[in-house]
Amino acid sequence: MTPLAPMPFPESSFALTLGLLMLAPLAIAGIALVNTGLGRSRSAMQSLLGSLVVISTAVIAFAIVGSAIASGTGGDHVFHLAGKMWNWAGAGPLFLNGLGAASARMQLAVLFELLSVALVVLIPWGSGADRVRLPAGAAVAAIMGAVAFPLVAHWTWGGGWLGQLDANFSTGAGFLDGGGAAAIHALGGVSGLAIVWIAGPRKGKFPREGLSTAMPGHNVVYVLLGCLIALVGWLAWNMAGSLLWLNAAPGQLVNTAVNTLLSAAAALVATFAVTRIRFGKPDASLCANGWLSGLVTSSACAGLVTPMDALFTGLVAGAMTPLLVELFELALSIDDPSGAIGVHGAAGLWGLVAAGIFAPRDGQFAAQLMGVSALLGLMLPLMYFAFWIVNHIFPFRVDSDGERLGMDLHELGGNAYPEFVVHRDESYR
Amino acid sequence: MKYAGLLVMPAGFFLSIAAMLLFPASVERTAFIVCGLAVEAMGLVVAVRGHMQLRSENR
Repeated sequence: MTPLAPMPFPESSFALTLGLLMLAPLAIAGIALVNTGLGRSRSAMQSLLGSLVVISTAVIAFAIVGSAIASGTGGDHVFHLAGKMWNWAGAGPLFLNGLGAASARMQLAVLFELLSVALVVLIPWGSGADRVRLPAGAAVAAIMGAVAFPLVAHWTWGGGWLGQLDANFSTGAGFLDGGGAAAIHALGGVSGLAIVWIAGPRKGKFPREGLSTAMPGHNVVYVLLGCLIALVGWLAWNMAGSLLWLNAAPGQLVNTAVNTLLSAAAALVATFAVTRIRFGKPDASLCANGWLSGLVTSSACAGLVTPMDALFTGLVAGAMTPLLVELFELALSIDDPSGAIGVHGAAGLWGLVAAGIFAPRDGQFAAQLMGVSALLGLMLPLMYFAFWIVNHIFPFRVDSDGERLGMDLHELGGNAYPEFVVHRDESYR
Repeated sequence: MKYAGLLVMPAGFFLSIAAMLLFPASVERTAFIVCGLAVEAMGLVVAVRGHMQLRSENR
């Protein structure tokens, strides 16, 4: 795929894409609300302020350094292996120099990537909720905004080696990711796993004896409202991505929107059914996770598949999400308050594979698998070791006293709900 | 053990890259990439088991 090749991009498409990108931040707002609602009340202010901090840090890091790596300007960093050209990083100007003089399509691409980097850093921030300190979150965001996201974005959207698999190896249309399932969600999910591994679980989550302690989110209304807000952003995000990265015509956008909605709806129904069967009653926070996993899956598939395929992929994502959340917590001792590893990581990877299964091109499946392989086999270890180093400079985890008091009081000196009585925590055993 | 698992994962990725270079036919290439993914999955399992072991020791 050579997305920024001189394709016809009329003014009407420019205006449409720009309008859609103005709605896309609603997805960011929705995810921030979900993360906050799924955390504890004593960390709510830190969670939401932290969302703004990590977004700001990542966006600045991307503008200064990351945009140069993500861009596909022609003079990219390339190495040759077995007679093939492997374009692994962009070599654009630092500090977004020359943005005003770039083509309309290139400017929109930069705006799309800036919004994407704001979303990708929220995912690990949600995984580390209730125990990761703000400076550490900002440091992680800086790394993701400056290096990790730009690399994957370049490979996928900037004419990098994944996008060029069609030209080099005749595999379908190259690696396709219209809505950011790889560069945003799967990358965010694997980063979340790295954060959780390094920071460890919340105090009292896995007691010495017995099962893990349930620590339900403090405000399910935030969580469910966040899901509804995220839907608007996701519709815009997927449609803008289809225009920019899949070279879709404006007439194809309705199909993308329908697929996005169908995928989310099917995922919710599946999660509702699974939790009803597993627990006797549907679980609201898991249903919210299911809804989001359907949206994440649609990020990979919505612009490529038929409505019935989107329905099926959403059903699978929704059915696997509550099972994965349970598996991670009960069997694997992974404390992920927002469920981001399953929702963004696993559902994102499933969406990419599903796009390969249902996209009607020969060899597309192999191209999608290569993308999954790069995210899992290369980015996860890289993120883990990068965060391991960061943890030695800016320790991720708050001290035990801070965790007992809550992140709000410890880090910000106040509470999100000062008029509420905070009850004794029964989970400390 | 966790680090061993994390170091095995890139080996799976390079196996997938090798599949692209060595097999021009679609079926063989896809099968070999799946093998690469299987190696990555094995590395992930080892890393997860290492994480669980550390957790149980730290409890």
